[in-house]
Amino acid sequence: MATKAWAVKHELMGYVLVVQEFTLLAAQATVGLLRRPLYIREMIIQMDRIGVGSLFIVILTGMFTGMVLALQGAIQLEPYGATMYVSRLISTSVVRELGPVLAALMIAGRVGSGIASEIASMQVTEQIDALRAEGTDPVKKLATTRLVACVLMIPLLTVVTNAIAIFGGWLIAQFYLGIDPYFYWTWAFEALRPNDIMIGLFKPAVFGFIIAMVGCYAGFHTRGGTVGVGVSTTQSMVSSSILILASDFFLTKLFMAFE
Amino acid sequence: MSDDSCMISLRDVSLTLAKRQVLRDINLEVRAGETKIILGASGSGKTTILRLILGLFRPDNGSICVAGQEIATLRERELPPIRQKMAMVFQGAALFDSLTVRENVGYRLWEQGQMSNDQIEQIVHESLQFVGLADTKDKMPAELSGGMRKRVGIARALASGAKILLYDEPTAGLDPINTFLIGSLILRLKAQQVTQVVVTHDLESAFRVADRIFMIHKGCGVFDGTPEELRGRDEGVIRNFLVPSGSAPEAARGSAPLV
Repeated sequence: MATKAWAVKHELMGYVLVVQEFTLLAAQATVGLLRRPLYIREMIIQMDRIGVGSLFIVILTGMFTGMVLALQGAIQLEPYGATMYVSRLISTSVVRELGPVLAALMIAGRVGSGIASEIASMQVTEQIDALRAEGTDPVKKLATTRLVACVLMIPLLTVVTNAIAIFGGWLIAQFYLGIDPYFYWTWAFEALRPNDIMIGLFKPAVFGFIIAMVGCYAGFHTRGGTVGVGVSTTQSMVSSSILILASDFFLTKLFMAFE
Repeated sequence: MSDDSCMISLRDVSLTLAKRQVLRDINLEVRAGETKIILGASGSGKTTILRLILGLFRPDNGSICVAGQEIATLRERELPPIRQKMAMVFQGAALFDSLTVRENVGYRLWEQGQMSNDQIEQIVHESLQFVGLADTKDKMPAELSGGMRKRVGIARALASGAKILLYDEPTAGLDPINTFLIGSLILRLKAQQVTQVVVTHDLESAFRVADRIFMIHKGCGVFDGTPEELRGRDEGVIRNFLVPSGSAPEAARGSAPLV
């Protein structure tokens, strides 16, 4: 019995330690922004990798999300003779929820796991130690730059996702449901309030923070050679996805409280 | 420090990693311009000593002085200036995968930003020429053989202008020609009065380049003296290490007396 209690305590302590280390890394990466050198070139490279590199998958995500929403929305609205308002449903649901969350989940798969595997490979091949030996702060060089790139680029990618999703919805509305394009675009934009746009930009910035920091944390804490690289990559993907979904719920509740 | 010419000194240093005592009461001195070999079997704690000297690990107790400064008590952010007095050649070379050979070799100089590009290019060229790889500047580390990577690692250490060079198993896994070549590079640097600490278990290279040899066994220092003195010793683990064929089973069982 005592052994079991000890094991539970040990396990809980392990989780507390992870939270503590994660918080410390996030704080160090954020504070890194205030100290020179800023590694601007590295930031631009990361922005290109994360932003331009993820463009194709977020376009596909947005397109199919908008098209499916138009099809499903039309079925739900048809009994009430409100099919022409399908664009309201698409624009509000995409801008407030689906765009940020789906784009972030796709980017977590592509970018977050990429960050984790790159840093993990550097960790197991002593490149992180080599950075420290050269007098470079690896957190600042690797984590701060990726943090900035994710926090800036993921909101932009989400805007693209949202725009493409509304466009995809229009394709179905125009060519499958026969809705007048004037009605579609008018209702799509009238349904949106400034608050929705704010939420739609704030959430992806938070998700960007999660994707960057979880990826970096998993990378920096890699142990056990190439097997460890695989484990870190998977852990980063799973943890950031769960954190994105959970934080989406709390952010939505938070914004509701202010509305 | 016992005298002014001492560049590195470890006094009663002990270290525990993952609940295992890796080093116990290590006392080691390296004088300016000296080439010191740290000799010992795999897992005896040799590389750990280099990491302690670089400040990558913090000892449980004891004192570590580098170029007259105590580093055991320094915080991570206070270490970079000390680390820039040293350069390390890692066992797997630890070249930065995302950078070309030129960028790897000039990394520290570009980071410091105190020299013009032309000056840095000149130093990079001279360093690569010193190791016989001037024509690999634009290659990526992945395009180099193991021996070439180690030589680029040495060029990176040279280009840094560090007064102290640390080598972690510089000849491990190399063919006899590359082993001889790297031994010759160390000898040329020795002739230039560069302070060098070489961790190895390659006896031939060790005796070829050493001014003094420090031998470690299971985390304890068992010998510190000249190569001639080491050859004259005939006790316990030293004999087993130097002439392994006759007593290998005894050594393998770990039953050999310490001295």
